[in-house]
Amino acid sequence: MSTVSTAFCDSAIMLRRNFKHTVRNPVTVFNAILFPVVMMLMFVYVFGGAFKVQGRYVDYAVPGLLVMAISYGLGATATAVNDDMTKGVINRFKAMDVSRGAVLTGHVVATTVRGLIADAVILGVGFAMGFRSDASLLDWLAAIGVMLLLGFGASWLTVAMGLAAKTVESAGMATVPLIMLPFLSSAFVPADTMGTGVRQFAEYQPFTPVIETLRGLLSGHHASAGDMFAALAWCVGFAVVGYVWAVSTFKKRA
Amino acid sequence: MKSSAIAVSGLRKAYGDKAVLDGIDFEVAAGTVFSLLGPNGAGKTTTVNVLATLLRADAGTVLVAGHDVATATRQVRAAIGVTGQFAAVDDLLTGRENLRLMADLKRVPSGDRVVTGLLERFDLVESADRTVSAYSGGMRRKLDLAMTLVGRPRIIFLDEPTTGLDPRSRRTMWGIVRELVAEGTTVFLTTQYLEEADQLADRIAVLDQGRLVAQGTPDELKRRIPGTHVRLRFADLDELDTAARILTGATRDDQELILRVPSDGESRSLRALLDRLDEHMINAQEFSVHTPDLDDVFLALTGRTSAEVIAQ
Repeated sequence: MSTVSTAFCDSAIMLRRNFKHTVRNPVTVFNAILFPVVMMLMFVYVFGGAFKVQGRYVDYAVPGLLVMAISYGLGATATAVNDDMTKGVINRFKAMDVSRGAVLTGHVVATTVRGLIADAVILGVGFAMGFRSDASLLDWLAAIGVMLLLGFGASWLTVAMGLAAKTVESAGMATVPLIMLPFLSSAFVPADTMGTGVRQFAEYQPFTPVIETLRGLLSGHHASAGDMFAALAWCVGFAVVGYVWAVSTFKKRA
Repeated sequence: MKSSAIAVSGLRKAYGDKAVLDGIDFEVAAGTVFSLLGPNGAGKTTTVNVLATLLRADAGTVLVAGHDVATATRQVRAAIGVTGQFAAVDDLLTGRENLRLMADLKRVPSGDRVVTGLLERFDLVESADRTVSAYSGGMRRKLDLAMTLVGRPRIIFLDEPTTGLDPRSRRTMWGIVRELVAEGTTVFLTTQYLEEADQLADRIAVLDQGRLVAQGTPDELKRRIPGTHVRLRFADLDELDTAARILTGATRDDQELILRVPSDGESRSLRALLDRLDEHMINAQEFSVHTPDLDDVFLALTGRTSAEVIAQ
């Protein structure tokens, strides 16, 4: 077998391992889905009426919640990666003729898929709460592409954080900024209604352009080219930085 | 002459300015058991980690299965199996899934059959479908070793495989090692127990502070240390004198009032010894049968006890 297909096979085997972990420990998925759903109920039914947005609030909030559902699932991955490194099982993989990145790839793909599942639930609940979209089929595909790319990029970054953390607890803490960022973005209220300092932060932080792009695609009124480009750049940036950081940390600890 | 499964020369490894392995050399013939004996901190695990490609040596050459661990890492990994000191099992998977994972990663054909076979061999069938987090320490060790055996590696490294196991599990482990060797596997084993090395190993090397202080067959090694003997402590010098006169071959320690009498430790010879003391109306205040352990080895080879080595 060629090196590439060996690596692919190894990653697929590791992915199966990660999925089994997820199934054994459904609380992690439940957490990742439940919290964003609760947020959605609160914002749409409780706070939403007080916010001034264009159109209906549920239509405004869903794209932000899709991003939040992805970022909220990251904590479990960071702790799982760290757990792998601190427990003995990683030594077994390292002393075997297994492609080096397979353990990491398994985590990344599993996290990305978990994020997409969470998003599917959010969309389902959203539709039940009255979310409507004017998106074309192509828009939908593009939106799924954005969610996939964000999940993939954020997963690599999270895996790197999990590897770099000294303990399982600090690994969990490391992802808190990623989880908090959507709150300080245009997820729930438009950035231009915020105070100056917060607004500037919200406008330039990674999640705002991603949310704006998703919102544009789902509403059928596309976001500015600048936002779309920024969203793409942030996601690719996450993936590249996360990948390089993860691989170098993995080699150091291996 | 059998070919070498493992050949190590001039192996050095230091952490900072502390030399953990200070130039060690040894060879392990294929199909034999080699035991690295030493107290905690002697460098046993470091040696295993270098041989198993988990750690890079600072100097020296290490050939495992004919391949250099530094340059032909993949070939070495394909030939070896490693069971470390701490069970390397996946807690969230079942025993069967853990074994299946190994079979998949090693691309073992007919993996199901191999997995079932190992579960039976290690007496893990009943708990095969429970997650490993519910396993006892002994079961985890057994599963760990079973995982190492998937794909029949030619050379197996066992780092203190019986430390912390109860006597029964220890015997089971010994039985498995003997079976492996009977199948032609080479076993490299570290241990703190002289008895274990004696029971299993074809050759023993004694590691002390990063150096090999002795190497040989168990018999060669035991010739260099005091054998099984009876220790008698007396109330005063007079009794010690009398006892020393009637018990030939004994060595005395006047300060401690102790007499060491070589003995095989069997009940018949012990009775004869006690009868002899009775005939001369001598009473020993203390009586104990002493079988040589790691401490004796160290005392004989380095002039220090292993406890002193650890204390340094």
